[in-house]
Order: sequence, then C-alpha cells, then structure tokens
Amino acid sequence: MGKYILNRILQTIPVLLGVIVITFILMYIVPGDPVQSMVGERYDEATVERLRQELHMDDPIIMQFFRYIWNILHGDFGVSFYTGESVSAQIMAKFPNTMILALTAMVVAIFVGLFVGIISSLKPGSWLDKGTMFFALIGISAPVFWVGLMLVLFVGVYLRWLPPTGFGGIEYVILPAITLGLRSAAYLARLTRASMLEVLDQQYIRTARMKGLPEWKVVLKHAFPNTLVPVITVIGTDFGSYLSGAVLTESIFGWPGLGRLALDAILKRDFPVIQGTVLFMAIMFILANLVVDILYGVVDPRIRAERKTEKTK
Amino acid sequence: MKQQVQSPWRVARQKLMRDPAAIVGLVFVSIIVLAGLLAPIIAPMDPNAQVLEFLNQPPGFRGEVIHFRYQPELPLQMVAVREVKEFGERIEYTDRLNRTFTLHRNQLIGKTQKEWVSNHRYWLGTDNFGRDVLSRLLYGARISLMVGISASTLSLIVGLLLGAVAGYYGGWRETIIMRFTDIMFGFPTLLFLIGITAAFEPSLFVVFMAIGFVTWPGMARLMRGQVMSVKEREFVKAAKVLGFSKWHILWKHVVPNCLAPVIVAYTLGIAGAIMAEASLSFLGLGAQPPISSWGAMISTGKDFLRLAPWISMAPGIAIAITVFGFNLLGDGLRDALDPTMKE
Repeated sequence: MGKYILNRILQTIPVLLGVIVITFILMYIVPGDPVQSMVGERYDEATVERLRQELHMDDPIIMQFFRYIWNILHGDFGVSFYTGESVSAQIMAKFPNTMILALTAMVVAIFVGLFVGIISSLKPGSWLDKGTMFFALIGISAPVFWVGLMLVLFVGVYLRWLPPTGFGGIEYVILPAITLGLRSAAYLARLTRASMLEVLDQQYIRTARMKGLPEWKVVLKHAFPNTLVPVITVIGTDFGSYLSGAVLTESIFGWPGLGRLALDAILKRDFPVIQGTVLFMAIMFILANLVVDILYGVVDPRIRAERKTEKTK
Repeated sequence: MKQQVQSPWRVARQKLMRDPAAIVGLVFVSIIVLAGLLAPIIAPMDPNAQVLEFLNQPPGFRGEVIHFRYQPELPLQMVAVREVKEFGERIEYTDRLNRTFTLHRNQLIGKTQKEWVSNHRYWLGTDNFGRDVLSRLLYGARISLMVGISASTLSLIVGLLLGAVAGYYGGWRETIIMRFTDIMFGFPTLLFLIGITAAFEPSLFVVFMAIGFVTWPGMARLMRGQVMSVKEREFVKAAKVLGFSKWHILWKHVVPNCLAPVIVAYTLGIAGAIMAEASLSFLGLGAQPPISSWGAMISTGKDFLRLAPWISMAPGIAIAITVFGFNLLGDGLRDALDPTMKE
C-alpha cells in the first residue's frame, strides 16, 4: 500500500513540472510588452529601463525560467502589475472562499445525485425513473452560467427567497452552490443509477433478499456500497475542478474566490496574477486527482493489484 | 436456412433508429442544423440591425420601422415610425416622439411603401440595442455548430493520429505522447481554455484552436487504448505475416476497427465544444460584438436580467437543446455501436 501511494506521488512530479512549463510558455508568448502595460500611455525611457531590470526581462529565457521555478518553490508567484500586491497573498486570501463554495456544492451534488440515482434505480423503466433521468440529462446539457442566471432571476429577484448575488452569511452560498453542484448532481445520478442496476442484478443481492432482509437494508447495506468506486471518481475529479476555481459561477454571483481573481486578472491583463492563479489552480486540481487515485487503492484492493500488473508488463 | 451477414455499421444504424432517445437527439440536432443553415432565409431580420427606439421590448412586441440611407455610402438606418405619408418624391415620417422628418424617395430602401416601411413582429423580443432576439438566435446556431464541429474535428484528427501512433508503435513515441497528455490532463479544462484564450486577442478562431488543443489528449488516450487491444487480434497478425508495412497495417487494418468509440467521443465532443465556446463567449473571451454567439447573448442579457430577462433566457434554452441533442445522440451511438448490447 505504501509503495502504491509513493508511486502515485512520484508520478505526479513530472506532470507538475510540465504544467509549470506550459504556464510559463503561455505567458511568455503573450503578445505585447508587460512593462508597457504597467507604465501605461505616458512613460519615460528610464522608468521602462528600470522596470525591465527589476523584472529581469532582458535575461535569457532559460534564466527567466529557472528564476520562475525557484520563486515558485519558495511560494513566490510575483506581484500584481496593478496593485503591487503579492500574488500568493491574494491567492491565499481568496482560497478559503473558493473552498467554502466547493464544499457546499459538493454536498449538494452528493446528496441530490445519490438520492435521485438510488430512487430511480429501484424501479427502472417507471415514470419516476424516466422523469428523473430526463431531468438529469437536462442538468448536464444546460450551461452552468445560464442556470445560475435563471436562479438569480427566479429565486433571487422574483421570489425573493434568497439574496441574488453577493457574499456574506450562509444565505449567500446556497444559490452558487446549487449552480455549481447541479452538473455533478445530474452526472452522479446517472452514474449511481447505472451502477446500482448492475449491482442489484448480482447473486449476493438475491441471497440477501432471500434471507428475508427488508428491501431498504438490501439497498443501503448490500447494494449501495458497491457502487461507490465510480462515484468517488466523479466526486474527486469534480471537486478538483471546483477547487480550481468556479470561474463562471463566481463571476455570476460575485463570489470573491479564486475564479473571480483569475477572471479579473485576465480582463485587466495582469499577467503575474493570471500566471499565479492558473498555476495554483492546476496544482490543486492535480493534488485532488492524486487523492482520488490513492483513495481508490484504499477502497478497492483490486485496483491496487491492477496497477501492479500494469507496471510489471 | 441461409444466414445473411450484415455489416456492423448497418446493424448499428438499425439499432440507432430503433432507440427513441437517439431519435429525439437526432431530431434536436437536425432542428439546430437546419436553423443554422437556413438562418438567412428564415430569420425575420438582419441579426445586427438595430432599432434603437425598440430596445428591451418583450417577446411578441410589434413595431413599424422605416428603412433608409442618408447617402448611398452611409449605413442603413432603421427608425421606428408612427406614421408615413407620401407626397410624390418626398416622404414624410413621424417618429415615436411625434417629430416629423422628410426624406427623398431615392434615400429609401425599396420601391414602394410596403418595402421601405415594415411592420415587425419580434417573437422573442429585442435586446439592449433593439435587435431581434429570434434572428440573433438563428444566426447563433451557425456560430455554435461551426465552432463545435470544427473544434471537435481538430481534436479528433490530432488525437486519432497521435493516439494511434502511440498505441501501435509503443516505445519512445508512446512515452513522449502519453507523458504530454498526462501534463495536459493536469489542467482543469475550462481554466486551461481561459488561460489560452486570455493569452491572445479574443476571437472565435482562437476559441476553436484552444478547444481543439485542450481536448485532443482525451481522444488520444481513447484511441491508444483501442489500438492496443485491436493490434493483438488475429487479422492484424495475419496482415503482418503477409508482409504489409507497419504503416499500412495501422491505417488499413487497425484504425478502421477502432472507430466505434471514437465516433461516440466525437459526438459528445461536439456537445462539449459548443458548451465551451458558449462559456468563453459568456466571459468575453470568445465571440466579440456584434457576433451573435449564444454565450455572448447570455452575457449581454446578464446586465438586463431584471429589465429584459428574455435576452438571456432564449439562448440558454438553445444551448441546452443543442447539447442535449448531441448528448442523446452520442449515448444512442454508444449503445448502437456496442456489439455486446443486446436489444
């Protein structure tokens, strides 16, 4: 087990390095001179020259790259062109908000998704099943940002049940969490239903029924736990992408998280902030996937064995 | 009894046609494709024509508009009118503020009053520039389909090529290609797209390239797995024994037998690409005004949500229908192309 985990962690390192290289290249090929955008229309040559020196812009690219990696390893993502604030401080200030939203959205997705999936798997082909699966497919097909806007309009503006946008108490997190979690919920519902149907067909379920267990016990104690592996995949990867900033949801609801930070930076073309946030989010995403993979091994011994044989091949 | 051997593609088509969900998907996709193709014919108005007096009018609104040009080289003017009177060569119109203006007959567009004055019914209302939402919606189908299909095709071509090479040749080729896809998978999709589009001047071309670039690794992984399983089959070994070149075997014998799941992924990829384009345009990183992309329309409507909710409502439904259609079709294809699925 320890070896499996160590292996997975080691595999992450080249990916992380690659991600750093790509973010670096992406910002390097950006058209336009960052110094120009810092100083604006009116500038004198001396200032430009001084800034270029300070930012080490005239160094060879390879030097710049190593300096970049060195700084990242020290948690230094540079400073914003506009505010002069440290990028890592900004990221750390916004990250808890993104975390709150991601966790709430995940709770919504898990409860709704599993509940709907189990219910519709119990009577496959019934109207309840068809209806919920139809809605699940719509949930997957409707654009997140549009669903968010409609929630703002109907729940926030027309019905006035919840504040349409903003940040503050618990009432502010509900609509963004539903918006963000809806897609995962729909996806989870479909997945749970499919794997429940598969499991409910197995011998040991028939045995459980035959020995006279009540149906709810059969479903919850014997069938449901065996559907968890695919469910963990979805929860893990989706949570990873939630953590990496729900750009669309945050921009609609004015939620002050990482996604908003990144989007604002993009609109202002504040490159150190873009670079820092994108890199940070990618790292969060990779770590979330790593945790999921390790969890797999914990939950399902078969996967551990599979990985082992794959390696020896 | 003589048994007829049917081609697998034909069996798949028959299965698909018997799947009600897939039919619904096909119908939705066809509706959107037709809407896009026929937009110039069926759209009631020019999608970019503005009648500034008619901004933010609700669905079903009706209004009269006069069309003219002050000078032949100047842009077309559309002005809302209450009344139009003809005095020989001179035409007098009264605008919505009861001011009267005079125009010469040859400044007007068309020959008779029926042509230069039109009575418009705005079935889905107007937007914040007094443009017809329905017409913009129909033209928007073109943008969505164009970007969706071309981006998914780009991803298909690159992913199929690299995936096939990685799966068939193995060795250093596989290592390089697959390590690269690993890195690409390190980025969350939407964030990656935002990062790339932000690095360039926003345009639909950048969006198309970015979606293709970000999504091909998925296709490559799928293709590699397929090729790896197919290349162990007997007919491939037979081809090797017959002395065909590796390249020939790969493209003539292996790849054609890997296509079923790739077609499914391609169809679902179109849905994903349409959604991605809409998301980027919504964030202002895709289609630029006045292009009537659905995502951009929703973004415009966002600022007028209380005043004119129809501006963003309609395009959202259009996106949902399109994506829903491609998803149903993709699911149906998956079942139809799966030989282990019995009816």
